Amino acid sequence: MSSETIALGAVAESGRSIGETLHEWVTTVDHKKLGILYLIYALFFLVVGGVEATIMRIQLIVPHNHFVPPEVFNRMFTMHGTTMIFFVAMPLVFGFGTYLIPLMVGARDMAFPRLNALSFWLTAFGGLLLYFSFIGGNGLYGAGNAPDVGWFAYAPLTSRAFSQGHSTDFWSLALLVSGIGSIGTAVNFITTIISMRCPGMTLSKMPLLAWLNFVMAFMVIFAVSPLTAAQAMLCIDRYLGGHFFDTQAGGSAVLWMHFFWIFGHPEVYVLVIPAFAFASEIIPVFSRKPIFGYPVMVAATIAIGFISLSVWAHHMFTVGMSSYGNTFFTITTMIIAIPTGIKIFNWIGTMWGGKIQFKAPMLFCVAFLFQFLIAGLTGIMLSASPFNWQLSASYFVVAHFHYVIVGAILFTIFGAFYYWFPKMSGRMYNEMLAQWHFWLFLIGFHLTFDLMHIPGMLGMPRRIYTYEPGRGWDTWNLLVTIGVFFQAAGVLIFVANLLWSMFRGPAAGDDPWDAWTLEWSTTSPPPDYNFAVIPAVESRRPLWDLKHPEDPDWKYE
Amino acid sequence: MSSVAIPQTPSKPEWILPARGTVGMICLIVAEITVFTIFVVAYIFYLGKSVAGPQPKDVLDLPIFNTVCLLSSSLTIHLAVRALRGAKVTAFGVWWFITLVLGSIFLVGTGIEWHRLIYEKGLTISTNLFGTTYYSLVGLHAFHVTVGLLAISITMILTVLGKMKLQYSEKVDVFSMYWHFVDAVWVVVFTVVYVIGR
Repeated sequence: MSSETIALGAVAESGRSIGETLHEWVTTVDHKKLGILYLIYALFFLVVGGVEATIMRIQLIVPHNHFVPPEVFNRMFTMHGTTMIFFVAMPLVFGFGTYLIPLMVGARDMAFPRLNALSFWLTAFGGLLLYFSFIGGNGLYGAGNAPDVGWFAYAPLTSRAFSQGHSTDFWSLALLVSGIGSIGTAVNFITTIISMRCPGMTLSKMPLLAWLNFVMAFMVIFAVSPLTAAQAMLCIDRYLGGHFFDTQAGGSAVLWMHFFWIFGHPEVYVLVIPAFAFASEIIPVFSRKPIFGYPVMVAATIAIGFISLSVWAHHMFTVGMSSYGNTFFTITTMIIAIPTGIKIFNWIGTMWGGKIQFKAPMLFCVAFLFQFLIAGLTGIMLSASPFNWQLSASYFVVAHFHYVIVGAILFTIFGAFYYWFPKMSGRMYNEMLAQWHFWLFLIGFHLTFDLMHIPGMLGMPRRIYTYEPGRGWDTWNLLVTIGVFFQAAGVLIFVANLLWSMFRGPAAGDDPWDAWTLEWSTTSPPPDYNFAVIPAVESRRPLWDLKHPEDPDWKYE
Repeated sequence: MSSVAIPQTPSKPEWILPARGTVGMICLIVAEITVFTIFVVAYIFYLGKSVAGPQPKDVLDLPIFNTVCLLSSSLTIHLAVRALRGAKVTAFGVWWFITLVLGSIFLVGTGIEWHRLIYEKGLTISTNLFGTTYYSLVGLHAFHVTVGLLAISITMILTVLGKMKLQYSEKVDVFSMYWHFVDAVWVVVFTVVYVIGR
């Protein structure tokens, strides 16, 4: 069967002009092509957002630096945050989800392929809108280009009086448009998982990646919709003279904070739950053991999903809430550590006694375990409102959330790239370069973000474009900036490795990792129709059953 | 086992999963409910906070006739879907047309109400907080009615052209879920804006 599918693919590929290929990619509704488009798009913006971060770090390398003026610094941190969350992290997790979910549940495509394409192009258009502000932001002479209101854009900074020109409009519209795309993708994920699973795949036999993306999709629906609504309100304020966030007319700046963080905090889990999903697929395969505590993993994910919808105001302790509000949000934030801790124990339980293979995907996942633990610990520290009053909006907070987003999410995403690259391209990456990427990035990450906690504790606020010498921040900032160059070198090696391996890498074969989920049962890369015959499964590890007919999983599940 | 084939098991009991259209529409409705919730919360939060201009009790009248029309269109669309399931295309067309008329009356009624508010009462979206929240919330709902009416009109044209068949009853049914949702939201908007907020 598999040789037949290869032959069909080869016939289809031959004799195409570049124009035809381009047309095919632009008009495609195939979930695999759209998934790859998401990933390429996100990698492009990863480099763009990384350049913005580098500009900020160079500005802060020594006190009283004049690398960029303050207004450019403001634009850099706004664009860096917005880009990395909405146009790097989201498309990365959506890209993997779009590519993998139909393959993992044994379907030929998503439930709504055209909606899938619409969602991707809306997201892509959102990113273009945001970056078009560099050209079109100057509505008035002297008004700045590119938004400079910070990635959470607190009122009244976004009002006409303080954001002249169009830069804030581009920011708002970019998020509105890409938010609608995200909701479309979430609808598609949920429907695919509910309605498209192959025969025998009950919910309790679904791969964890599909389960976790299922929960993530619900969170997108509950979290991104409020952001879309809030952006509509902001547009009404800016274009139609509304007063939602206009304090002079009785409006409330705090309401914007609530609306933004009702989105903003679940968003962290929207990103980290797919990271958990990658770890939950990669760690078992490279430990040669089934995942430890599958039902508990699912339950913990659902618990995280619920609890994360009720923690948002821990971003607002310094705004001044009632003691009841502070207590409530402190407790809910601390409670979320429990299901998260359960997950960490389960991954360790999976590795315990396994034959661990430290290939690149596994290395990134092991680093993720340690780093996510530390990120969670500083998170618990910050959840205590009195502690938070001291360190809110300091570099301690910046270090904390970069520990989550880089140390946990980006690390597992790198792992996922290496793990599924052979499936997507049909070729194997270069393991030695991947190890170089890992170690350089690991050193750079710890140099930057471990040390960044310290100037935060010493009182360095975030978003300042320069600082006075002699406050004890100088050396730390120098070291933090040096770490950035290690990370950049790692990412360059990563991109070079992918590009080189895409064309020159050795053929990977259908199942290079001896893995157990359905995507490895088809060819690499899979044909347009994924499976010539829709598979039927009897356990959580259908390929294990197939490879070990004498000892199949379904006897024990 | 170096080469991997596609796992196959002998035939099992029939494998039936929920229909895609229904699941997708429920997801969309949940997302829409979240959007409306944010607007309703903003409306309630800003009740009585306007610093100038007309207040709800000064200018709003209960849109009883509009409400009756919109809510009865839920019944007529249900009857239309039921007729199509029974392959009665003519009956479907009649009920569908009545739904279109009832929905249009609601939209025109909202237009008349807005015209009165703007030109007689001097309330626009920028007048005060009440204006901002009122036009946003009612406008968001009216936007959803408009989208629904466009879809109903397209289906109506196809029905008149004789293209409507029994096999489309599932799609029509999925759309009717959206229309029921739009009606249900109106119950909330009506209660919040015209009953509690006035």
